[in-house]
Amino acid sequence: MATNILMPALSPTMEEGKLARWLVKEGQTVKSGDILAEIETDKATMEFEAVDEGRIGKILVPEGTEGVKVNAPIATLVAEGEAADTSVDIPAAMKNIKDAVKAEAPKGDAAKETVKTETLKAEPKKEAVPAATSDGKRIFASPLARRIAAGKGIDLAALSGSGPRGRIVKADVENAKPGAKAAPAAAVAAAGTAGLGVAPLPDAKMFYKAGEYEEIPHDSMRKAIAKRLTSAKALIPHYYLTIDCNLTALMATREALNAAAPKGKDKVPAYKLSVNDFVVKASAMALIKHPDVNASWSETAILRHKHADVGIAVAIPSGLITPIVFAAESKGLAAISNEVKELAIKAKDKKLKPQEYEGGGFSVSNLGMFGIKSFTSIINPPQSCIIAVGAGEERAIVVNGKIEVATMMTVTMSCDHRVVDGATGAKFLQTFKQFIEEPASMLL
Amino acid sequence: MSDSFDVIVVGGGPGGYVCAIRAAQLGLKTAVVERDRLGGICLNWGCIPTKALLRSSEIWHLMHRLNEFGFSADNFKFDIEKIVARSRAVSQQLSNGVGFLMKKHKITVIAGEAKLAGKGRLSVSKDGKATEYAAKNIVLATGARARTLPGLEPDGKLIWTYREAMVPPSFPKSLLVVGSGAIGIEFASFYRTLGADVTVVEVLDRVLPVEDEEISAFAAKAFAKQGMKLKVGTTVTELKKGADNVTATLKAKDGKTEQVTVDRVILAMGIVGNVENIGLEAAGIKVDRTHVVAGKYGETGVDGVWAIGDLVGAPWLAHKAMHEGVIVAEKIAGVKGVHPLNTSNVPGCTYCWPQVASVGLTEAKAKETGRKIKVGRFPFIGNGKAIALGEAEGLVKTVFDAETGELLGAHMIGAEVTELIQGYVVAKTGELTDQELSHTIFPHPTLSEMMHEAVLAADNAALHI
Repeated sequence: MATNILMPALSPTMEEGKLARWLVKEGQTVKSGDILAEIETDKATMEFEAVDEGRIGKILVPEGTEGVKVNAPIATLVAEGEAADTSVDIPAAMKNIKDAVKAEAPKGDAAKETVKTETLKAEPKKEAVPAATSDGKRIFASPLARRIAAGKGIDLAALSGSGPRGRIVKADVENAKPGAKAAPAAAVAAAGTAGLGVAPLPDAKMFYKAGEYEEIPHDSMRKAIAKRLTSAKALIPHYYLTIDCNLTALMATREALNAAAPKGKDKVPAYKLSVNDFVVKASAMALIKHPDVNASWSETAILRHKHADVGIAVAIPSGLITPIVFAAESKGLAAISNEVKELAIKAKDKKLKPQEYEGGGFSVSNLGMFGIKSFTSIINPPQSCIIAVGAGEERAIVVNGKIEVATMMTVTMSCDHRVVDGATGAKFLQTFKQFIEEPASMLL
Repeated sequence: MSDSFDVIVVGGGPGGYVCAIRAAQLGLKTAVVERDRLGGICLNWGCIPTKALLRSSEIWHLMHRLNEFGFSADNFKFDIEKIVARSRAVSQQLSNGVGFLMKKHKITVIAGEAKLAGKGRLSVSKDGKATEYAAKNIVLATGARARTLPGLEPDGKLIWTYREAMVPPSFPKSLLVVGSGAIGIEFASFYRTLGADVTVVEVLDRVLPVEDEEISAFAAKAFAKQGMKLKVGTTVTELKKGADNVTATLKAKDGKTEQVTVDRVILAMGIVGNVENIGLEAAGIKVDRTHVVAGKYGETGVDGVWAIGDLVGAPWLAHKAMHEGVIVAEKIAGVKGVHPLNTSNVPGCTYCWPQVASVGLTEAKAKETGRKIKVGRFPFIGNGKAIALGEAEGLVKTVFDAETGELLGAHMIGAEVTELIQGYVVAKTGELTDQELSHTIFPHPTLSEMMHEAVLAADNAALHI
């Protein structure tokens, strides 16, 4: 009896696909494992293998046809000696699709290599979520949780279950963000299944004996840092630019300004400028000069900000937070200095309001006080650049062929390449350097 | 102070005694306070004795069908006194059984009425004498009683609640049942099957109003065929007592009134929680419309005081109370991974004829959630075992989420469905989808095959219809 060869579901979300190419002809004998056709989805082109042997009876869907629904008959398979147009038994045909298909990454993708996917069933009703992690560990999840996860593109291996003995249940999946969608799209899309997604890191607890460490449960700030920075680093294409700034003039200006600070009744000076205050001011001035750096990526457009809202990374005992000096370009050094101090106190007291740390157009992270010479920061979304400021220290530099001593500071800017291209970022840093090296030019 | 315990449970009903057993199993020093009889309403005046009565009426029904099965007999009668006596004996046996279980688990049973008496203290009064006990945890499980409305008050003689209806001194020739929930319909079914002229009044627009509409309609048809008079969308405005009868004024939705005169009236208009005289107010425990407001693990908001069962939220069912009892006991003992009760996985059973059983969302409620659903139906007439039993009247219905295959609800009417529903409850609790249920092999020939068919039917793949 003839059986139908059905359009396979090559990914959990696939509903239809293009029958790109037939690799067999009517009347051709095929055996298990032979490639029958190439099927194209929005994510990948995959080879479709025969599981049973027989002879291709009729090709029902010509190659090049788009929008072929999953499970639609695309050809018939007949036994040797059987007429090509023998009637077809659909349920039997469902079993006739090879479990495994080969997936090929879309063209131009980094992950361009042929990969074997997890078991995929052509029958869409079958579960498409792997029953095991890539290292073969069985995942305990309820059938419903598996179905919902498959529908939402969630990798079960990344979840922890709240059901009996840690079983993943519906509530766990419903509460999960569709992580596989947010994860590096290329790798996941290429695989067409969660099987090849980003492998979760093993739990550190696996490596250490209980009792040999102290367990500090995550508080909400630790969780937020972990989540936010993981996605920022994973999803934003970072690159880094490093520049050295000569602080000689800045140090002199700072000393002069601080000495001139009027003193209140309690003999406390009205301000005490730090090098970082100059850095914030110089960043703000440079951002206004380079609006293409003072920008954010959104799905449909680049958002250019009209003010220079500069975030300052503040370390607090439980983690860190980045309060923002809004419209820093319009504020004087003393105002910036005092505002930063207030924000830092509020941050340490955990009294910052969301509107004081959300948004912003740029960030400054300074580890100079710890003697760090240079480092790189992770971009603080939705911003697109952050500068990592090292210590101001005396270094030997070469000026006109002679070695001189100068106070130098190394600044490394992390840029979101989607928004800021290399030369754009470099020009910004040039301006920034100018402002730092000649603070008076900020008055222009 | 007389004695101190880790846990004292107030109320020895199904929620309370189960909570006490679980607490004792977990090594807690436990006591139960009961003012009447162990087993509560369920064992003494509810679930169990009514099942005994309904068994008698079922046999009576079968006796009238003896011919059909190849027997002949005539001149058979029933003796209501003996039927009631058997029902009471069943209750007695089980109540004794609970006493035995208490002993086995070394649970102290304290007779009397309890009242919260400050933090960690409980005062129990018996015959005017109060004794104080100390308890680290107090679990309130005082249950509920029949709701009465102004003008619709029971007198225990002509106007009954479930309590009198269970022990009729004589068999009433005619009966008005007010309320068509599980309690009302079970009594209506019992009395009608034994030959009483039964009228059921329901204020909502259908009988068994919490059930799926299709099941309600099926039940209404079956009841009407048995000669039960059903008046839906109708209220009772007045009950006028005569010497040995009651004249009720019924008012339909359209304003039309009519009067019916019956021997007895059974009030089954729902329940109210037993929240009085247990010191809730002084303790600062919130009460909302006669029920204690409790958290998902039975917390009352007052440290060391918990509440379970009919005293707290719906559904007001013994098995829900028992489950809550276990949850609270485990919470108290610090058991890890205790899960709150999921009300959508609590089955409901009504032991009328035909029986009704359900779990989860009705078709209408499932639609209201806005998701795409698929519904499977399978009638008893397509099932070999049902026909062999002579019980070909019934329906099994499943409601699935069309996208995820989640079993949202299952609704059944027909012989023995109360014994069948657990299959769907297991499936729901284990989060099986339509696929696992389709792949499950059900034994043949059984009524349970209909459950399989009703799953297949949701995909238009039922085999025997």
